[in-house]
Amino acid sequence: MKSKRGNVLVKKLDEINEFERTPVPPSKLKGAGSFWGMYAGEHTAGTEFVIGPLFVAHGVSAFDLVTGLLIGNLLAVLSWTFITGPIATRARITLYYFLEKIAGKKVTLLYNLVNALMFCGLAGAMIAVSATAIGIPFNLPMPSLNDFFPNSIGWIVAVIVVGAVTTAVAMFGYSVVAKFGKFAAPWMPLVFIASAVAVLPEIGVSSFSNFWEVAKERIWNGVPLEGQSKFTIWHIIFFSWFCNLAMHIGMADLSILRYAKKWYYGVTSSAGMFVGHYIAWLASGILYSLFLLESNNSLAFSPGQVAYRAAGIAGIACVIIAGWTTANPTIYRAGLALQAVMPKSKTWKVTMIIGAITTFAAFFPALVMRLLDFVSLYGLILMPMGAVIFTDFWLFPKLKLTQNYAEVRKIQFSWPVFLTWCITLLIAFLLPMEIYFKALPGWFIAIILYTVLSYFQQKVLVAKKEKEK
Amino acid sequence: MKIILVIVSLIGLVLTLLPSFLVFANAISWDTYLLLMNVGTIMWFVSAPFWMEKKDEA
Repeated sequence: MKSKRGNVLVKKLDEINEFERTPVPPSKLKGAGSFWGMYAGEHTAGTEFVIGPLFVAHGVSAFDLVTGLLIGNLLAVLSWTFITGPIATRARITLYYFLEKIAGKKVTLLYNLVNALMFCGLAGAMIAVSATAIGIPFNLPMPSLNDFFPNSIGWIVAVIVVGAVTTAVAMFGYSVVAKFGKFAAPWMPLVFIASAVAVLPEIGVSSFSNFWEVAKERIWNGVPLEGQSKFTIWHIIFFSWFCNLAMHIGMADLSILRYAKKWYYGVTSSAGMFVGHYIAWLASGILYSLFLLESNNSLAFSPGQVAYRAAGIAGIACVIIAGWTTANPTIYRAGLALQAVMPKSKTWKVTMIIGAITTFAAFFPALVMRLLDFVSLYGLILMPMGAVIFTDFWLFPKLKLTQNYAEVRKIQFSWPVFLTWCITLLIAFLLPMEIYFKALPGWFIAIILYTVLSYFQQKVLVAKKEKEK
Repeated sequence: MKIILVIVSLIGLVLTLLPSFLVFANAISWDTYLLLMNVGTIMWFVSAPFWMEKKDEA
């Protein structure tokens, strides 16, 4: 019995880890159609119910939001197209295998661990979002924008219930949720759009011709809520560009785009950016502004209640499904990442540990209320590894440095990569600017550091050793 | 059979989106909008898995 279950597990993992250590063969390459759908589905998620309202709370103006999102999302698409895609389709291997070749197994394990913790934070935020929806029938007092700690026992119970169910499903029925998420993908953006259109008359929009006037005065009026910082067009550009930093410049999507037939398929990310990160963010902002108008700028923050007000049962379903279908694969991925660190542990046990950490994190409303900061931090922390891969792939041949040095020299722990990671983050955190902007200078710092440190490792130290011999 | 399921799904999506424009134009009531949206949601979820699943297998 035990060995049969073990075989099933190994088979499952093997299925997930398809071509984990070999390039994707030409027969398995996919056309652009697969990527359009995948990106559109992946980027209309539970987080969209939080990000749009937070822009309103941060007092962004209508022009800054509409223009900033256009520029930022375009920059994100260009990053996928010109930074991730060309490397993915030339190497056709996963980020993890790439890192192992360049940085060695131990640094890759460390990356996995950090990645797993970041996934826990994201999944925790989604569990909290779903909890705001299931709390509606029980009249739970909702946390407010400036809350850090849980505000009631009822909130903790709601989070435990959602967390336990999400973890149990991630442990035993992940594939069912993954399928369900796929079925929900075309429906979800329509609920966002429909609910926003339906509430427009209640905000004061009588026809599409006066939408812009009302948007400027009553939806994105440029005044931040109490305790919130003021957002400008630069915040919007950089946030929308870097909210998926780990995926494009951070190179996590090498694992996806390595299946692309053409190098430029990164352009298909525009489906996700301009549906999920444009229309859905605008729509959820509209819904939140109605809530603010009706509650006299209440600081209570409940995506579930906001969606219920605008779309009834379908709205609640959308919040729960969006939150759940985001949290589930995230917990599952975190489990796989942690399992790489603890290879002898069983997947379900690791997933259970991750689920418990995630649920505990979700107790704290700050994770939702500060989601913009958390998402930016997530991208910033993982970004230096993307810069390392970019440098190793494009610059090293030109500088006559050895690519994939850890693999060539059979090194388990590449100190140039590790130091690049640590020093880049240290400098980035010390830079006197808000977290949304730190990744751009950080990327250049990482490239320079990794080049200099690798030159020292490969040329100076090797020459010194040979001289000593 | 598949074509019927696809049509039901598409009507479900139309019922999810279209009533919001009708309520915006004051052509239907808020309650009718919510009802139609819920019906559209149910139609989508009871029909889409069957043909989407088959499409994937193919």
